[in-house]
Amino acid sequence: MKFREAVRAATVEVMRKDARVFVLGIGVPDVKGIFGTTVGLADEFGADRAFDIPLSESAVTGICVGATFRGLRPIFVHQRIDFTMLTMDQIVNHAAKWRAMFHGAHPVPLVIRAIVGRGWGNGPQHTQSHHGTFAHIPGLKVVVPATPHDAKGLLIAAVEDDDPVIYIEHRWLHEEDGEVPDGYYEVPIGKAAVVRAGNDVTVAAVGPYVGEALKAAGALAGEGVSAEVLDLRTLRPLDSETLLASVRRTGRLVVADADWGPCGVSAELLAVTAEHAFGALKAPPVRVTWPDSPVPSSQALEPGFYPGARQIHAAVRYTLSRGASAGLAGSSTKPFEGPF
Amino acid sequence: MSLERSLYEAMLRMRMVEETIAAIYPDREIRSPTHLYIGQEGVAAGVCAALGRQDVVAANYRSHGWYLAKGGSLRAMVDELFGRATGCSGGWGGSMHLIDVDAGVMGTSAIVGGGMSHAVGSALADRILGRAQVSVAVFGDGAVEEGPWHECLNFASLKRLPVVFVCENNLWAAFSPLKDRQPPVEIHERMKAYGIPSELVDGNDALAVHRAAAVAADRARRGHGPSLIECSTYRWLEHCGPNDDVAQGFRPAEELEGWKARCPILRMRSLVTDEEDRSIRAAVMREIEDALAHARRAPWPEPSWKPAYYEV
Ligand SMILES: Cc1ncc(C[n+]2csc(CCOP(=O)(O)OP(=O)(O)O)c2C)c(N)n1
Repeated sequence: MKFREAVRAATVEVMRKDARVFVLGIGVPDVKGIFGTTVGLADEFGADRAFDIPLSESAVTGICVGATFRGLRPIFVHQRIDFTMLTMDQIVNHAAKWRAMFHGAHPVPLVIRAIVGRGWGNGPQHTQSHHGTFAHIPGLKVVVPATPHDAKGLLIAAVEDDDPVIYIEHRWLHEEDGEVPDGYYEVPIGKAAVVRAGNDVTVAAVGPYVGEALKAAGALAGEGVSAEVLDLRTLRPLDSETLLASVRRTGRLVVADADWGPCGVSAELLAVTAEHAFGALKAPPVRVTWPDSPVPSSQALEPGFYPGARQIHAAVRYTLSRGASAGLAGSSTKPFEGPF
Repeated sequence: MSLERSLYEAMLRMRMVEETIAAIYPDREIRSPTHLYIGQEGVAAGVCAALGRQDVVAANYRSHGWYLAKGGSLRAMVDELFGRATGCSGGWGGSMHLIDVDAGVMGTSAIVGGGMSHAVGSALADRILGRAQVSVAVFGDGAVEEGPWHECLNFASLKRLPVVFVCENNLWAAFSPLKDRQPPVEIHERMKAYGIPSELVDGNDALAVHRAAAVAADRARRGHGPSLIECSTYRWLEHCGPNDDVAQGFRPAEELEGWKARCPILRMRSLVTDEEDRSIRAAVMREIEDALAHARRAPWPEPSWKPAYYEV
């Protein structure tokens, strides 16, 4: 099943199980159905439970928060995570605060599904990741699935969760195929997965960089380097236990994050490692992140903006003091073709 | 040159440029989300004809027409669409992010409603600096639903700022019809609540748009505050991209046919001679060919970042 079909399958599961769940967002019931992830929901569940909204992201976020106070469990979908920047007041000042500020009287079981664009010159305002922005805020949970299996299980877990969950999908994972179990299952929020075991270096990856890290690990195996690859899956709360256990064993860390570096999740992983596993480190950790710049639109710049397996491979060799190798070609990610 | 002829020429130029963009888009030389303006040309042509070069326009991702009507360089726009270093945004913005500071085209935003407050801020600057200039905010019917839109109207009215708000009501926001997004109260009628004079005009009648814009710009220049012009019009192609979404069944065919019959360019065709029409077309075609040739030869931009330390 494709990643985007898994997102839809999870939505159908939670809506069948729980009449309090509803889905809303710009384009939810339209012909394209948010890249196919919401297609047919209005037919099965009715226009009260899957509906379009005015272009009012900010107010509608607060409306969702209000609806949670009266027992509902909204899933608010955004075609681009960039549009959630209009909603930060209700997410950060309200949803994230309510549980603590009212001492548990009103948890906010709200799911924000936000899609990250990439490719076809989408440019600075349609390509941001922002998982680090959200992961900075206590009171929120932040998940970034990397596989169709986790896309389904994490979305179900997000809806089951009583706190606001920011569920982030990378547009270019939408077409990825993978095994997806039938029926209702949860992938626990707050648990990373070891997706490839290894002894020489830990590569901790976020979302689309899990696949890139696995490609790099495959090439490294041929060079006699055994890399362990972690799929972080949840960025808040961070599974530092799994991270630290791995780094204590390998003594080396490369973080591959689909976001900017400064003050981001990659910085947090290095901080946690420095604080709790400093003695285990055999070399300085390395971060593979986006360049510290908005994403350019030009076809001459955009592909080179995103690091991929080649950079992860180079970073691992660097931590092992092996120097660069000509071995690995650029990312083989299938580029997204326009117009949107 | 008569007003009629210059409006006709401005609209035809927008149309021919965009028809060319749509025709070559499948060749993948242009790789950025592209929102075409075909069908709506009367609005930009009419409003910009009432402005001076020093007046400014803040528009959105659907801005080829506004950029051209306001006097933006065609070469720099086509270079931008081709992602070249010589593009109006250095290749960093693409079709959604056009700018020509000298021509009074403010950088355009791809966040719905994002440019609205820039126009109000620009008007505030003119007020503070004592300049009798006009700032125009251009937005679609969808932007009316965003919170900052209301906040801007309140602010501009309160401060009596020299802004002209231009709503391009094309009845659709992407795939969502207006009636599913707003209660049935006409947008211009809501201006009573803000104390802003407003007018509904046929956006496909460039002369009517021009008349309304001239009144609004004059009001702004005299220090009498903001105005809103609601222009009813229709987008002929899909929301984003070069295709016909009506043919794909996303919008009613009769609706499009009705609006095509009211084509803003066709409507003014009888006001120019055959000879004028021919010579405008020939000149615009030469200009387009020049711009395409320029873009194809233009240099690519260089990255602003360096390879990471672990790569070298
Ligand atoms: C804040 C925000 N929400 C959603 C979008 C996605 N989006 C881009 S254009 C558009 C429709 C806008 O419709 P309208 O304002 O009527 O202008 P039109 O495109 O019809 O010219 C939408 C929903 C966006 N770019 N920004």
